[in-house]
Amino acid sequence: MSGQTGDPLLSMRGIVKAFPGVRALDGVSFDVYAGEVHALVGENGAGKSTLMKVLAGAYRADEGEIFVDGKPVVIDGPRAAEALGIGMIYQEFSLVPDLGAVENIVLGQEPMRGPFVDGVAAAKSAAAVLGDLGIALPFDRPVRRMSVAQQQTIEICKSLVRKARLIVMDEPTAALTDREIEALFGLIKRLQAQGVAFVYISHRLEELPQIADRITVLRDGRAIETRPIAQMPRDELIHLMVGRPLDAHFPDLPPVAADAPVVLRVRGLSAATHVRDVSFDVRAGEIVGLAGLVGAGRTEIVRAIAGADVPTAGEVDVAGKRILVRGPHSAIEAGIALIPEDRKAQGLVLGMTVRENTTLAHLDAYSPGGFVDRKAEERVTHEEIEELRIRTPGAEQIARNLSGGNQQKIVLAKWLIGDAKVYLFDEPTRGIDVGAKAEIYALMLELLGCGAAIVMVSSELPEVLGMSHRLLVIRDGAIGGELSRAEATPDRVIAIATGVAA
Amino acid sequence: MEQTPNVKASLEQQTEAARSAERRTFLVRAAAALVGLVALVVVVDVLTHGNFLTAGNLTNVLRQITYNAILAVGQTFVIITAGIDLSVGSLIELTGVVMATFANAMPFGGFGLIVATLCVGLAVGCGAGFVNAVPVVRLNLPPFITTLAMMLMARGLAFKLAHGQPVPVRSDAFESIGTGYVLSGLMAPLHLPGIPIAVLWMAAIFIVFGVLLARTRFGRYVYAIGGNEEAARLAGINVAAVKTAVYMISGGCAAVSGLLLMSRFSSGSPQTGIGTELQSIAAVVVGGTSLMGGRGAIVGTFLGALLIGVLNNVMNLIGIESYTQDIVLGVVILLAVVLDELRKRYLAR
Repeated sequence: MSGQTGDPLLSMRGIVKAFPGVRALDGVSFDVYAGEVHALVGENGAGKSTLMKVLAGAYRADEGEIFVDGKPVVIDGPRAAEALGIGMIYQEFSLVPDLGAVENIVLGQEPMRGPFVDGVAAAKSAAAVLGDLGIALPFDRPVRRMSVAQQQTIEICKSLVRKARLIVMDEPTAALTDREIEALFGLIKRLQAQGVAFVYISHRLEELPQIADRITVLRDGRAIETRPIAQMPRDELIHLMVGRPLDAHFPDLPPVAADAPVVLRVRGLSAATHVRDVSFDVRAGEIVGLAGLVGAGRTEIVRAIAGADVPTAGEVDVAGKRILVRGPHSAIEAGIALIPEDRKAQGLVLGMTVRENTTLAHLDAYSPGGFVDRKAEERVTHEEIEELRIRTPGAEQIARNLSGGNQQKIVLAKWLIGDAKVYLFDEPTRGIDVGAKAEIYALMLELLGCGAAIVMVSSELPEVLGMSHRLLVIRDGAIGGELSRAEATPDRVIAIATGVAA
Repeated sequence: MEQTPNVKASLEQQTEAARSAERRTFLVRAAAALVGLVALVVVVDVLTHGNFLTAGNLTNVLRQITYNAILAVGQTFVIITAGIDLSVGSLIELTGVVMATFANAMPFGGFGLIVATLCVGLAVGCGAGFVNAVPVVRLNLPPFITTLAMMLMARGLAFKLAHGQPVPVRSDAFESIGTGYVLSGLMAPLHLPGIPIAVLWMAAIFIVFGVLLARTRFGRYVYAIGGNEEAARLAGINVAAVKTAVYMISGGCAAVSGLLLMSRFSSGSPQTGIGTELQSIAAVVVGGTSLMGGRGAIVGTFLGALLIGVLNNVMNLIGIESYTQDIVLGVVILLAVVLDELRKRYLAR
């Protein structure tokens, strides 16, 4: 670590950022010194992305100060961040896929000759940056035909051409092979030697000691610990990341009856969407939680069961009957309900009314002879509005105008009117307020009481621990390990999910 | 949870209130439209020196809009699914030429010939719609492209089949559709020959497809797909089947339009449809249907087609030459859409 003396390159002090219903950053302070690789870790939703978006000028902080080289600065947009020498490399690259390496590197900074782009000068400046780093890139093809690692290198060069002194990398190794990771680390170290600082965000805890100098743990919007990586044993790190007592608002799960029949049986399920040979059972009255990192394949597993993606292999039985999953329709007929992750994009037709959304998946029952029976639709919608306490002025309200929690309840209503046997909840409480959360938990218990089987995907560890009878930890599209309720601790889940232990 | 009668009653009240509010809004809008229309008619009547507001001219307007309005019905279905059908204009020509050729080859005439010819036309139109839909639903290609390709293929095919010339229809079976009237006795006091039979066809199509879109399960699925295709798919709706049906409806409407045009001019011509695909899209959009999908209604489409028809008619009566007519039409289409958007934004506040 160089330059630990004197002013830090970047200092964020007491940053607060609130969104409706959630305080995403609750007074975070965070320093980065020149030539340092500073790892930033935390659970999903701990506030890492929000903090970096504040730094990049994508969000304005509600409170707090930012200093660069000891001087207070205002970052009111991406250009301001760029001018201060801050470069961002998001997981989703911001390259123009049809342009080549040089064009992307100098994009927005093109050297001009009169009204024309000076191609020679552009190529020279790109080559200079690449030459400094001793790396080669193909200049003859569009970026879309380059590997992820090459694209990432271009992103880094883009930052360097803009004279970045601090580069933020979000999950840079998520899509890289081991060799590419090695090359990336080499590149980071060379730049580090030139005084460039990095903020390194990663869920792969095992790689941090190889690359990071210091580490800061974020939890619930607070920076709870910063120390040199050498003084941060892995066990303690995991504990710091998740170490809060489980929230008290989870209801008691009734035990699964000893003779409860298997309602959902999955064997050898695979799908092109990164689902590999998944087998498990869920019994009547049981909630099985799917835990794991974002991108581990949890969503893909429930989607394959529900026919949202068509499986390439495997068997799915519902209540002892084999079903041929060829699309959502066959799964729905068999009694499988998927409450999808992104309710706005997948769960609701936002421009339709509460009534139209409620009956959408079971319209056959409300349209004898093909003609929609609006009275019957209204009756059932009113029942669900009462039952689920959907706060809406009436059945004719447009779904778009309701709050997130109430929208989620409409998605639930849509499946409840069909009496499904298997409910697949994908992030059922994401982005909804505490009150609605508790109501959704209560509803899940009610479904269990009716003999339903539930699979729940959640990125919130406390939720998946608090609301599951059993946990399947998903890693790399397959089941990485199974934990009973008694065995399941945050540390063990994280350990399996990150591949630290099997 | 307790089913308190209070809550239930109040919910029903609210829904009832929402419904009557909907009805009120509709009545207010209808009244406003009526007032606007009357005012417009008065102005127009003055401009045209009394030539517009005659029963004869109004009947004429209705007959003139028939072809475009029927095309626009199918187009409405397609556009509500967030698609577009550029092939309908050429399909009028192709079905017209095929039907004329077919009718000439048949040894019989009368009503049987009309039915048989229509069936052949529908087979061609719906078949083309099916071909339009396959790449859209299988490969997720943009309908703009597939229907553009169909537009070229159908027009080229029509020209080849017809050897570049209109195909005269020899049978007189179609005369009644083209130029016939019903209720002549009733209309006599108005100095009218009656209601054109073609207009009756149009009315029937509007009623049937209006009900299909607004009242049936199929119609609901059309809106759901346009509103959020992925949510519709996950709800178990057979998106591919519904979309295919929609393009086939559009092709079928083009065939009916083709039959009426063929009957009117006693020939199937490979040139009659040029530009009509855009006219039909204009009618749909002026009628308040969103090109983004998910919203719209058949009633609006009728009003849109009527507005465009009236405008054309008036400009002809005043003697505005055709280039200026295009300019005016363009301005009016833009204005109508802008006003509709502003109204929606105002309501959404």
